[in-house]
Amino acid sequence: MDLLSVKDLHAQIDGKNILNGIDLSVKKGEVHAIMGPNGSGKSTLSNVIMGHPKFVVTKGSISFEGKDVLELSPDKRSRLGLFLSFQYPFEVQGLGFSKFLFSAYKARFPNKKISVLDFQKLLKSKAEALHMTPEFTKRELNVGFSGGEKKRAEILQLMMLEPKLAILDETDSGLDIDSLKLVAESVNRLRGPDFSAIVITHYKRILNYLKPDVVHVLSEGRIVASGDMSLADELEANGYKTVLQKSAMGRGAEK
Amino acid sequence: MAKDLSKERQLASLDYSRYDFKTGTESYEVILNKGLSERTVKEISAIKNEPQWMLEYRLKALKAFEAKPMPQWGADLNGIKFNDIVYYMRASEANREKWEDVPEYIKNTFDRLGLPDAEKKFLGGVGAQYDSEIVYHSIRKDLEKLGVLFLSMDQGLLEYPEIVKAHFGKTIPYSDNKFAALNSAVWSGGSFVFVPKGVKVEIPLQAYFRINAENMGQFERTLIVAEPESQIHYVEGCTAPKYSSQALHSAVVEVVAKDSAHVRYTTIQNWSNNIYNLVTKRAVAHKNATVEWVDGNLGSKVTMKYPAVFLLGEGSKAEILSVALAAKGQHQDAGAKVVHLASNTTSRITSKSISKDGGRASYRGLVRVAKGMKNVKSNVVCDALLLDDYSRSDTYPTIEINEPTATIAHEAKVGKIGEDQIFYLTSRGLTETEALTLIVLGFIQPFTKSLPMEYAVELNRLIEMEMEGTIG
Repeated sequence: MDLLSVKDLHAQIDGKNILNGIDLSVKKGEVHAIMGPNGSGKSTLSNVIMGHPKFVVTKGSISFEGKDVLELSPDKRSRLGLFLSFQYPFEVQGLGFSKFLFSAYKARFPNKKISVLDFQKLLKSKAEALHMTPEFTKRELNVGFSGGEKKRAEILQLMMLEPKLAILDETDSGLDIDSLKLVAESVNRLRGPDFSAIVITHYKRILNYLKPDVVHVLSEGRIVASGDMSLADELEANGYKTVLQKSAMGRGAEK
Repeated sequence: MAKDLSKERQLASLDYSRYDFKTGTESYEVILNKGLSERTVKEISAIKNEPQWMLEYRLKALKAFEAKPMPQWGADLNGIKFNDIVYYMRASEANREKWEDVPEYIKNTFDRLGLPDAEKKFLGGVGAQYDSEIVYHSIRKDLEKLGVLFLSMDQGLLEYPEIVKAHFGKTIPYSDNKFAALNSAVWSGGSFVFVPKGVKVEIPLQAYFRINAENMGQFERTLIVAEPESQIHYVEGCTAPKYSSQALHSAVVEVVAKDSAHVRYTTIQNWSNNIYNLVTKRAVAHKNATVEWVDGNLGSKVTMKYPAVFLLGEGSKAEILSVALAAKGQHQDAGAKVVHLASNTTSRITSKSISKDGGRASYRGLVRVAKGMKNVKSNVVCDALLLDDYSRSDTYPTIEINEPTATIAHEAKVGKIGEDQIFYLTSRGLTETEALTLIVLGFIQPFTKSLPMEYAVELNRLIEMEMEGTIG
């Protein structure tokens, strides 16, 4: 059974169609990469999977572990094990990072009885893996974080909340080479039968570390090509134009 | 219950009779008739056995009150019916509010805050709080060793008439405004605090411990005198809603910080939503003194309150930090005033307001720098947070600078919690209400962190409860 199954997904914002029939299935333990030119709908897809209320799904379905999630609010999807690492994480003044994450942790694992102290210990050990100092977790959520710090903070949340499926929306953008490696290694450590990921990126570099099982190309709200890492290589070498033309020809031939 | 309590009280009065300002109230219960006249004022003064000068002061104030028109700015005060108010009530078991009459929503709040019964009744205006009286007594003893006076204003006047006379009405004359005049005419209760030279009181003085039979009063009068190089943190109010059947609360607070003294005055008020809360608070800061007002306003129907500091001495400092939460049917018209009357003085005003469910929060502020005062610095930050489209926030800042060397910064922001921000937090498993609550608590965090711990915890709990009602 697919962990995530997206079928013929259409979605719009302010009456404008952004997704025009996405089909995507992710199995347990798989890592998928989604590449595509600017404005092709990558971030919309991740927002819609997570349940952002500003997007309207006009057609199609999303199911997670066989359960239809379209009607569920984002918090309910999160508690099922979905996670979105934001491209632009929001700042919340006055809200301590660790206080926030503790609330989130309790929401995600309502049955785990964890003391504040044990939580702090756990957080500290995970933060160290990302080379983040304990002081970092005392700061206000994303306030004054550099671009790279924000991305690492997203991955730290991911590691704490142990999702079954994580969507990384351009997590690699704004990361320097060392941080990128660190983040990729942390995600790789999570890999296993109970962890899947969708990695949205413009660059092949993160994929070199993550070695996705499937690479998709998104264009104008549709997945127009899927393949293995060689597809990413081809994109890197020739750009989107060639790949998109090929797919258009392919579609033409089908007709 | 009432019987037991009154027995306990008698015991308390025996033991502590010397300190107990409500001694003798057992058989003494007075409710004056509704309405205000010279006779009312004379009666109040007579009941309190006051010196002649205070009676004269009250009578002058009454004339001023009658002569002054209602303020034509700020919040709508048309609902106040001066003839319908009881201006003096001496509390005793017999004439307290009936518990049954305390509105249900307030009782529920008490329950959810987990307050003990005695405290609930006290806050509901029903019973006095006895445990706190004992705590108060022991605090008083420690303070007495230091020469610190911490009494009700009534008792302060009787026991230390010279100190009171030297300072009473000097910072806020009765002629200041209509409601200061009203308070000056009919005041009752409030605190009198005197800190001798060089004494630094490390623990916050909590009025909470002092208030008992005298009730918090509708017309409290507080005077704090901090002698040179002394230090004091005074805390009044509490976060649980306080119910009163009387619709007008009009207090006056005067603070005198002498050379190099440091006074912080923290207030949290959460009146029930039938109350007009009109308060005049003003401090004077002498050379190198620091005055801090920390002021939190929740509840009430209308609040008008602008804590002020007059910086009289060189090098003096003012810091005013306030939070207002305006919920349904409420208008919080609050702010701050600083008048720089000396060189090298600094002030900082931070105002945070939250409007929800159609509530209205207004910031009304004044910064004035007198001519010839050099190197004045002032920084004003007003942040407003609107939780929905039908609530309202206004800013009315007045800045009068008559001096080119002054450095003044003013920043005002109105924020709305965006869908994206909520989405971010809910994507981590928090419900929408939890997300909103965390954002609001974060917003007022600069305020909360300046509060004594137990107040901070209680305030956060209260905001959480307020927020639960916000969504749907």
